[in-house]
Amino acid sequence: MTDQPTLITGRAFWRGFRRNRIAVAGLAMLLIALAAAVFAPAVAPYDPYAPVAITVESIYQRPGPAHWLGTDDAGKDVLSNFIFGARVSLTVGIFASFISVVIGGLIGISAGYFGGRLERWLMRFTDFMLVIPDLPLIVVIVAITRPSLTNIILVIGLLGWTTTARLVRSQTLSIKERKFVLRARSIGAGHLHILRRHIFPLVLPLLVVNSVLIISLAILNESTLSFLGLSDPTRISWGQMLNYAFERGAMSSRAWWVLVTPGFGIVWLVLGFTLLGHGLEQVLNPRTEWHHLTDHPRMVSLPAPLNPQP
Amino acid sequence: MKSLRFLAARLGWAFLTILFVVTLNFFIFRVLPGDPARAGLRDPRLTREAVEAIRVRFGLDKPVINCVQALNPFEAGDCLVNPLDTQFFIYFGNLLRGELGISYHTNRPVADHLGQMLWNTVLLIGAGQVLAILLGVALGVLAAWKSRTRIDVGALLFSLLAWSLPTFWLGIILLFWGSSRFGLPIGGKLTPGLPFVSQAAMLKDLGRHLLLPTLTYTIVFLGEYMLIMRSTLLDILSEDFILTAKAKGLRTFQILKDHALRNAMLPMVTLIALNLGFTVAGAIQIETVFSWPGLGGAVFNAVGQRDYPMLQGAFLLLAVSVILANLAADLLYSLLDPRVRVD
Amino acid sequence: MTSPLLDVRDLSVDFHLPGRPPGHAVSRVGFTLQPGEAMGLVGESGCGKTTLSLALLRLLPPQGRIVSGSVKFNGRELLALSEPEMANVRWKDISMIFQGAMNALNPVASIGAQISEAVRRHYSFMTPVEARTRTAELLDMVGIGAARAGQYPHQYSGGMRQRAMIAMALACSPQIVIADEPTTALDVMIQAQILDLLDRLRRELGLAVIFVTHDLGVVAELCDKVLVMYAGVTAEYAGVDEIYNQPRHPYTQELLKAFPDLSRPRAALNSIPGYPPRIDALPPGCRFAPRCPAVFDRCHIDQPALHALTPEHLAACHLVESES
Repeated sequence: MTDQPTLITGRAFWRGFRRNRIAVAGLAMLLIALAAAVFAPAVAPYDPYAPVAITVESIYQRPGPAHWLGTDDAGKDVLSNFIFGARVSLTVGIFASFISVVIGGLIGISAGYFGGRLERWLMRFTDFMLVIPDLPLIVVIVAITRPSLTNIILVIGLLGWTTTARLVRSQTLSIKERKFVLRARSIGAGHLHILRRHIFPLVLPLLVVNSVLIISLAILNESTLSFLGLSDPTRISWGQMLNYAFERGAMSSRAWWVLVTPGFGIVWLVLGFTLLGHGLEQVLNPRTEWHHLTDHPRMVSLPAPLNPQP
Repeated sequence: MKSLRFLAARLGWAFLTILFVVTLNFFIFRVLPGDPARAGLRDPRLTREAVEAIRVRFGLDKPVINCVQALNPFEAGDCLVNPLDTQFFIYFGNLLRGELGISYHTNRPVADHLGQMLWNTVLLIGAGQVLAILLGVALGVLAAWKSRTRIDVGALLFSLLAWSLPTFWLGIILLFWGSSRFGLPIGGKLTPGLPFVSQAAMLKDLGRHLLLPTLTYTIVFLGEYMLIMRSTLLDILSEDFILTAKAKGLRTFQILKDHALRNAMLPMVTLIALNLGFTVAGAIQIETVFSWPGLGGAVFNAVGQRDYPMLQGAFLLLAVSVILANLAADLLYSLLDPRVRVD
Repeated sequence: MTSPLLDVRDLSVDFHLPGRPPGHAVSRVGFTLQPGEAMGLVGESGCGKTTLSLALLRLLPPQGRIVSGSVKFNGRELLALSEPEMANVRWKDISMIFQGAMNALNPVASIGAQISEAVRRHYSFMTPVEARTRTAELLDMVGIGAARAGQYPHQYSGGMRQRAMIAMALACSPQIVIADEPTTALDVMIQAQILDLLDRLRRELGLAVIFVTHDLGVVAELCDKVLVMYAGVTAEYAGVDEIYNQPRHPYTQELLKAFPDLSRPRAALNSIPGYPPRIDALPPGCRFAPRCPAVFDRCHIDQPALHALTPEHLAACHLVESES
């Protein structure tokens, strides 16, 4: 993060974005996942919610023409479960991170902009929350309440705002001291006006990059929660698939397809968001391309070699 | 003098945070819907006397906190409850005596279970963190030094991928592969029922059990440390004092070691401290997959068995460990940075 | 006449930035330096002074390329050396005092460690104890006192840091020290102390010094000769008396007018309007033409060659050429 946030124009941003291979690759991965989630009923070969008669032959079938990715412990088609599983991950990721980013943004901006006692208390609270390990707390709360999709979203969202608040606060602090904000204040512009017209537009790029990273964290948290057995029992998710497989003998049956497939989905989504976030960061905040130890073999590029001694 | 005040401020801060966690921990378990504290009392296996004993010991027959009126001085007379005679303060007193409740599952004090588990977790996290930090720093230095080359891009993509791996899934895959290909143990800390002829044989068995969990841990955290190290170092290598070092004729290796790394260690310590929460998250997942008898595994088992006292105790211990580790990192920082250290 | 200590000829440095035409930061600059001589390198910021200094030590950033010329130190061609050989020359033969000592010093290493590190790099025969003794000697020499060797840069004042930087530059008894704006960001009293110190040490140790500065006052007091640079080229190169008494290039004349002359306190101070051109968008003719008060048609078309008024006084201006 630089000390000097600047407003990047839409066109300049788009030009930089298209040239950044990491960001484009991430976006492409996400679009594929999003399409699979939205059109899951059309894409998936079976309806994963339809009951299946369980027989000894139907469970843990190897991948074959009928089931491209085999079947699971209940005789269900792994490919169809896999496609439908994208829905939970994306829903939790997007909604939970939205909650986190809104809370973190509000706390960060108000602490940074208004300063004083408000800032001290808000940041003290943030530091408290920052030190408490997230996942155990999420596990504890979800275990006590009920693991429904809404609860999971709420708990992950309400606990994931600390890093956002800190980043936004330091960004707001540096914007607040810049000339155009001081000028706007000196001519008597209201707080709301300054916040909306001057502060928010400069915090926004940071919020976007941050929310992409928060989404990937939320997806990881959700899948971990489901793997630990705290998933919404009415919905198929990747973590839940892994939980069932791991708990119900996929290891001893050497049913690698049930173990590999859902994890692949999580990695695909999280990597997509991570690449996108990293790429966005590079576009919005380009670094200098060299440092003092960069190799420089062509520093002396003379047309003809010189004699070392006279 | 000044450093003493710094120390006092840090200790006070850690103490406050622990108080905050204790309070949070109390209210989560007593106030959230589901009434988990009482749930265990409905266990049909308990006799009526046992239930009564538990109720008294943990004050479950008392109000959660003092009655609301007590906060209002004009109506204080209406409130007959002694503020110290509430569940909250009984819980507090019990904590101070090291009483964390009785496990619903084993009917033994939670504290007895957690002691050994804490050390198992520290062993696992310690081994994984040391490896991840060493490899991550080395890889980060290499990537920053050779920035914008193929080495850098390769290391960067590897780190982003490693960061994106769900810890528990990587554990499953490594477990699947390691146990079938190399015959490594599928879980636990020591092979049960194996008579160890010597200390060395036992250590060897422990090592075989530690191998896969540590490897999982290292890979997952390696990526993050590498990314942090790389970006910190890129900033430092652009500083003027690096040019000075180069103008002095120092060799690249010496500049990296004596000038760049020494400066990079400071932000690294801070970020490693901030990461301790993720460390615990990693422990929960890895201990679950590898049946490692630690605090993280205890969290998983307690969730499955609805063993709330155990869950509460494990959570408290994890949170307090993270707070103390943070305190240690803060103090380490002040030792490393001459600008903070005041003589 | 003996061969000079440093003989720079025709030195050109280009900057290659992606998506831009190459910029000519330094073009065909030459000068000589005798043992113990002090030369001022003068010009506004952005005129290539620092680039030239870094090129002498081959410390250019990756965009920078030395594309022509020769740099001979004691007759040895520095541009033909391998990188490890060049690393042995740095600090041992030619050292540098960087501008802004705060950033040029490592914040987490003690001053003493940063000095003795240079000593041990080039005097590998020294034991750690000997290196420490040498460090103490250097700190005494610049008036800091050996007792403060264990302190860190943030515990020093601005002037003290610059003294430490000087001690560091002298660590390996170099024959040439390049002082790049050694007194920027210091207050006037401290500036004078630092310059006195540098001048005293130069005379005591017989150092040759290149003062990079935009302050002609410094040059008048401390230097034997002056190289005036403008936009990467030599504008004028002469002894210090000639530069002050008979400046021939309009740029030198304008610089002198912009500099307060204590002997004529009533003379108007004027700064030169405008800025030096960007190195990747240089004017086709004389680079100073767009700002020159004496400009005429030819200046916009032809680049003036460096003209020798006397063997020791060179200037690159069409006016000078037509006069003689």
